[in-house]
Amino acid sequence: MNEILWVVFPYICLTVFVVGHFWRYRYDKFGWTTRSSQLYEDRLLRWGSPLFHFGILAVFLGHVMGLGIPKSWTEAVGISEGLYHFLAVSIGAIAGFGTVVGLAILIYRRRTVGPVFSATTRMDKVMYLFLATVIVLGLVNTVVANIFGHYDYRDGVSVWFRGIFRFDLHPELMAEAPLSFQLHGLAAIALFALWPFTRLVHVFSAPVGYLTRPYIVYRSRDDRIASHSPRRGWEDDR
Amino acid sequence: MRVMAQMAMVMNLDKCIGCHTCSVTCKQAWTNRSGTEYVWFNNVETRPGQGYPRTYEDQETWKGGWQLNRRGRLTLKGGGRLRKLLTIFSNPKMPSIQDYYEPWTYDYSTLTDAPAQEHTPVARPKSLISGQDMKVTWSANWDDDLGGSAATAERDPILKKVGDKVRFEFEQTFMFYLPRICEHCLNPSCAASCPSGAIYKRSEDGIVLVDQDRCRGWRMCISGCPYKKVYFNHRTGKAEKCTFCFPRVEVGLPTVCSETCVGRLRYIGLVLYDADKVLEAASTTDEQGLYEAQREVFLDPSDPAVRREAERAGIPHDWVEAAQRSPVYALINRYKVALPLHPEYRTMPMVWYIPPLSPVVDVIKETGEDPEDRGNLFAAIDALRIPIEYLAELFTAGDVAPVDLVLRKLAAMRSYMRDINLGRDPDPTIPQAVGMSEEELYDMFRLLALAKYDERYVIPPAHAEQAHSLEELATECSLDYEGGPGMGGSGPFGEGSGGTTPIAVENFHMLQDRQTADTAAAPAGKGARVNLLNWDGRGAPSGLFPPKPDDSESEADQR
Ligand code: SF4
Ligand code: SF4
Repeated sequence: MNEILWVVFPYICLTVFVVGHFWRYRYDKFGWTTRSSQLYEDRLLRWGSPLFHFGILAVFLGHVMGLGIPKSWTEAVGISEGLYHFLAVSIGAIAGFGTVVGLAILIYRRRTVGPVFSATTRMDKVMYLFLATVIVLGLVNTVVANIFGHYDYRDGVSVWFRGIFRFDLHPELMAEAPLSFQLHGLAAIALFALWPFTRLVHVFSAPVGYLTRPYIVYRSRDDRIASHSPRRGWEDDR
Repeated sequence: MRVMAQMAMVMNLDKCIGCHTCSVTCKQAWTNRSGTEYVWFNNVETRPGQGYPRTYEDQETWKGGWQLNRRGRLTLKGGGRLRKLLTIFSNPKMPSIQDYYEPWTYDYSTLTDAPAQEHTPVARPKSLISGQDMKVTWSANWDDDLGGSAATAERDPILKKVGDKVRFEFEQTFMFYLPRICEHCLNPSCAASCPSGAIYKRSEDGIVLVDQDRCRGWRMCISGCPYKKVYFNHRTGKAEKCTFCFPRVEVGLPTVCSETCVGRLRYIGLVLYDADKVLEAASTTDEQGLYEAQREVFLDPSDPAVRREAERAGIPHDWVEAAQRSPVYALINRYKVALPLHPEYRTMPMVWYIPPLSPVVDVIKETGEDPEDRGNLFAAIDALRIPIEYLAELFTAGDVAPVDLVLRKLAAMRSYMRDINLGRDPDPTIPQAVGMSEEELYDMFRLLALAKYDERYVIPPAHAEQAHSLEELATECSLDYEGGPGMGGSGPFGEGSGGTTPIAVENFHMLQDRQTADTAAAPAGKGARVNLLNWDGRGAPSGLFPPKPDDSESEADQR
């Protein structure tokens, strides 16, 4: 059972994540967008969207720290257990709280503003459900598990997580973790499988290249995407 | 010198009758789809008026275009790159649908489907955004012909600049129409604002396009364009803008708006310019110097040095020749009667306008004097402060002198030609008074008043060696592509996902749908529209009118 939940399931989902993105980018560049609904409404969006997005960016960095960097490394540079704990809980709680508030505003907006609601696809709704579950459970982990319980995820979940990339998973590490951590993990893994089929793909087009490219882009007529699409390989006449 | 070619347009405002044919045909060709109901690549505004979207010219609010920073360097008015990325989650300057208008249709079916009842059934307006009943309060042309202007015209940002003394009273009104499309700027701030780099300027003809496969819906172009000519398709989540009808222009046909213009007032031609001088010209310190600065960026295509450089830059020989015959170049640089719209936005716009003399003529007519007499016209140009200052705010950043001179030239043409038409001796002092020769004035008359089709449009086709990638010239059947004509409707991830539909295929579907659909305004999909894109202006495009009952075929043949 543990093997299925913490080895097979994650790998299946991650495969879907990678292959799914490849497939979507290959066949649906036109659908690859944020699907912004700012045109319909921007009073709520003005607060909700930055709160959520900046919050989730901070949360992401927190996960890179917490999951990606082994405990021994932080200790080697002299960050004590107590200090790390304090930083993780405080910054994590603030970022998580911002994210949850932002998400709540956005979901409220989506449900109550007529045009926004009618522009919501079924995939969006599924995605919101998983995203909200993952985020709320995550916040519960940060606050409840750190303040009331004493589970050090850096000896458990994090080690299991890094195992993914070394193809050396220890499912028992996850099975020993508190239930809320397990649920958070499972929901997140499922979200990764959904990812390529939702608007979340826009994360991968974060336009950092804008900072360095020249302002005006020139392109020749030849390399524009012709509205006449290329033939299959052996017929390609170009 | 780095020579580049630009496809450009001039509109002669005196001839615009405000019929909106251009807007409607453009819409039929390009934006008659759900998601673009409110999108008018071409719109015609009544001035004074707020324009579309409302008060878009107020850049202190909308922050479109460029400005000079404290060190005199050109920067985006809406903030630099970092600021753009930091506000990407909610663009603070993006107009909302209320600044355009909420598009609607009518519930027509109740008119025919309602059961027998005492009162006549009513077709209620239904929002095309939410599908709910709505109250219609504004549209793309709500203040057409100054309708309701007593209440709303004081919000016109240009009227505000002209001075607070202006009271919008009936006796003082003047009015003209301003048709607008994307300016296909030399220094496009929409492209500069796009975080994904999806908006590009075509190096061959300068047409500014949005790559639909690269646009990610960050919405920065919409606030970046000072003319508000990039629109957000709310169904596909992508930006769309005027394409200068590139599939037509590539084969030498004028744009749909020009082809169908009732007043025949649009001119299309090439302009050669020096790409190395664009930045410097756009950074001219004095706003009122921008008109001259932009004029100086253009190169004289009959100058041998320019022709040599053009050849070196790979511009085909027939293009250089077309540039010499270009009506646009002639109106801008030879007769100097065309002026740019809002040069102070520093985007170097490439759709120029001949300001209208009609506000002046109208006033003279009202006094009962002769509106074609030079003395009367010149005196009136001097006296009519408000219309002329208003025009200057539109076309020369408030500098009255160039507008004044253009109007004098138009007035001179009017009275000089009247003498000829009445069989009197032409008066050579008239052209002299505006610094032109008699021959020049006559040539200008020919271009402006006779406006022959092949003199209005000098459009060299794209080159055969490039034709491979041009869909309209494809030798194979364009419907025969992977996925086939089974396209149309929505993809799995919302409207429009699942790959772009080739234009020819979309045409095929729209015709088919239109012929077989039972509702006219169903926002059912991108299929339901009539194609005017490759209509040549003769006869009626197929699908525009429902088929006639029986002998429609033979009747059409006789015609
Ligand atoms: S007018 Fe056209 S080219 Fe110029 S900034 Fe606006 S959208 Fe871009
Ligand atoms: S079709 Fe021509 S005359 Fe009519 S509104 Fe448009 S530009 Fe003016």
